[in-house]
Amino acid sequence: MRTQTSALRSRHLLGIEPLSPEEITLILDTAEGFKEVSERPVKKVPALRGQLVINLFMEASTRTRVSFEIAEKRLSADTLNFAASGSSVEKGETLIDTAENLMAMHPDMIVIRHKHPGAPKMLADRLPASIINAGDGAHEHPTQALLDAFTIRERFGRLAGLNISIIGDIAHSRVVRSNIHLLTKMKANVTIAAPPTLIPAEIEKMGVRVVHSLDEAIEGADVVMMLRIQLERQGKLSFPSLREYYNTFGLTPERLRRANRNAIVMHPGPMNRGVEIASDVADNAERSVILQQVTNGVAVRMAVLYLLGGAHVVE
Amino acid sequence: MSSSVLITNGRVVDPSQDLDGKLDVLIEDGLVTKVDRKIKANVTVIDAAGLIVTPGFIDLHTHLREPGQEHKETIATGTRAAVAGGYTAVCAMANTVPPNDERAVTEMIIAEAARNGACRVYPVGAVSRGLEGKELAELADLRSAGCVAVSDDGKPIANAQLMRRALEYCSMLGIPVVAHEEDANLNEGGVMHEGYYSTLLGMSAIPAASEETLVARDVILAALTKSRLHIAHLSTAGAIDAVRAARKRGVQVTCEVTPHHIALGDDSVQSFSTNLKMNPPLRSAEHREALLEAIADGTIDAIATDHAPHHFDEKNVEFDLAPFGVIGLETAFGVCYDRLVREKVIALGRLVDLLSCGPARTFRLPGGTLREGSLGDVTILDLDTRYAVTNTFASKASNSPFIGETFHGRAVMTIVGGSVKFDIRPGVAPAKPSKKTAKR
Repeated sequence: MRTQTSALRSRHLLGIEPLSPEEITLILDTAEGFKEVSERPVKKVPALRGQLVINLFMEASTRTRVSFEIAEKRLSADTLNFAASGSSVEKGETLIDTAENLMAMHPDMIVIRHKHPGAPKMLADRLPASIINAGDGAHEHPTQALLDAFTIRERFGRLAGLNISIIGDIAHSRVVRSNIHLLTKMKANVTIAAPPTLIPAEIEKMGVRVVHSLDEAIEGADVVMMLRIQLERQGKLSFPSLREYYNTFGLTPERLRRANRNAIVMHPGPMNRGVEIASDVADNAERSVILQQVTNGVAVRMAVLYLLGGAHVVE
Repeated sequence: MSSSVLITNGRVVDPSQDLDGKLDVLIEDGLVTKVDRKIKANVTVIDAAGLIVTPGFIDLHTHLREPGQEHKETIATGTRAAVAGGYTAVCAMANTVPPNDERAVTEMIIAEAARNGACRVYPVGAVSRGLEGKELAELADLRSAGCVAVSDDGKPIANAQLMRRALEYCSMLGIPVVAHEEDANLNEGGVMHEGYYSTLLGMSAIPAASEETLVARDVILAALTKSRLHIAHLSTAGAIDAVRAARKRGVQVTCEVTPHHIALGDDSVQSFSTNLKMNPPLRSAEHREALLEAIADGTIDAIATDHAPHHFDEKNVEFDLAPFGVIGLETAFGVCYDRLVREKVIALGRLVDLLSCGPARTFRLPGGTLREGSLGDVTILDLDTRYAVTNTFASKASNSPFIGETFHGRAVMTIVGGSVKFDIRPGVAPAKPSKKTAKR
């Protein structure tokens, strides 16, 4: 039995951790409607007309920034993109001062990407606008987890009971943290796999199974989610070389055979082909849903913006 | 004579001489001259009925920031924070700008404390020139200028040979080496304790092993050199084990813990408040339990604040970017009385020992006792009052992790050398603070 909820409790989306399963379901259900909007000839609804959304991207991003901007435009919001480079941040302005100056122009929502954990919460504690976390350090990336869940649900019709394996640089990934919160709340079985040097302390307390073998992780999996390996980590005590990483944890067609018959392969991007994933897997139209993830990202972000924008919050 | 007072009707708690009872304390010309029942003397009388009278608190670990970082704290404001917390003496750490690695700096600190300080200030000299961890500072000169210990606090001494030589050299001078224990390689840019919460928050982390490995090394070096080692702000279970084992072998090792490591855990960092960022970081429950056990069984010699003031602007940034450190002088007693005495970890006498007598023994300082002939340094406590911590402090800084909390018990009067330096006794017009400390 599912409890129906029609609004979010907070006017911010700082992470998946504070959300209830009902709120997650509400966002995913709402996104289904918006996915349809994106398939129309006229891809626009007036939901956020007259609202100003500032995209405050203090760290490099392609997919997420573009996805948010498209979502905002399809909801008829006025948008403004702010990047750290070429701004006063380069002159030493602090995040708080930057945000307060932007706030003086009365945005309704601020979407923030930042390299330090907790930066979105800093803004939420101080500003009247709704804050949406578009990724803060290795902490959370809630809209990524939501679009991943949307994509999985679209394929399997459910999340509960699925075996989901996440493989790669767990230690430095915000995507994995948000995904663990979401998938465990929705009663999926989550396995993470990486060399011990890329597994952070006590992560099993988040309710996941930890293995150090790719084959063990893939055996019986419904979803195989590969994470990006930051190339600059090789030879820096995280793992010896990219060659050795690919040989032990790289996803190849042969290794994928251990997964369940209908298993799908996901990747939040950007991919390193030949490092964590072979092109034969990434481009396999039957298995790979990597581009569907990107498509669904717009719908999920429309849902989040819509639910946080104005009258839809209980608070 | 302002340096003579008679404190009557209080409950005197002085663990240095196993005293606990209703007694009067007479201070004449700055020294304790008598502790007895119903003393009569022709001096200013302070009625301490219903209050606790203890030897003055001594903080082994204070950052006064002067010279060089007066925007954070000064000797004048830092010592005012000290007396507001019941401290009659503080040991000033060497990581000023320039660092206290030569006589001129030590003398400047002592002179400024005499001019504008509200309590006694004992400088701690640097171990290495420029705190660079390379060559020894002129330790004998620092000692003769007035330094009571040496420390590169703020930084570990990475080079084991430097630590060995510092210990050996200081054994000649009769002062301890105070060690800030962390392995910088293991820390690798960490900002909080490594454990479940660092994983949850995605923060780079400082493992307990970072402290534990260096404590293990240094107790071995203290044994080798037969010298006195003092471990600053000890925070981990493994470090406690190493200290206990070393003591059993007769190694001269002492240690301190801070009130914030007693009271707060790494789970609190979930608020992302930069006033919860310090080094060593707030630890997980198993480490805190080990600290409480070590406090109760006598392994810990002193509670020290590691009072580390920072300017508001410096802390009003992302957690990763904020400097390490919190202030602690004004909240120390309330925190410790609530968490240790009211929660029955230790008795009041043991807390007074940890705040006063223990620190005096550890650095061999005068004070820490009300024996006749000792310094007239007295702290008067009201255990029934409530102290609601706001962002207003006597300290220049307000980077306290306890803002918004209310504690039982507070120092209501602080007397240094027979002079009243702080007085907020309820229902009493404040006694006139003596000397020039009233205004600033």
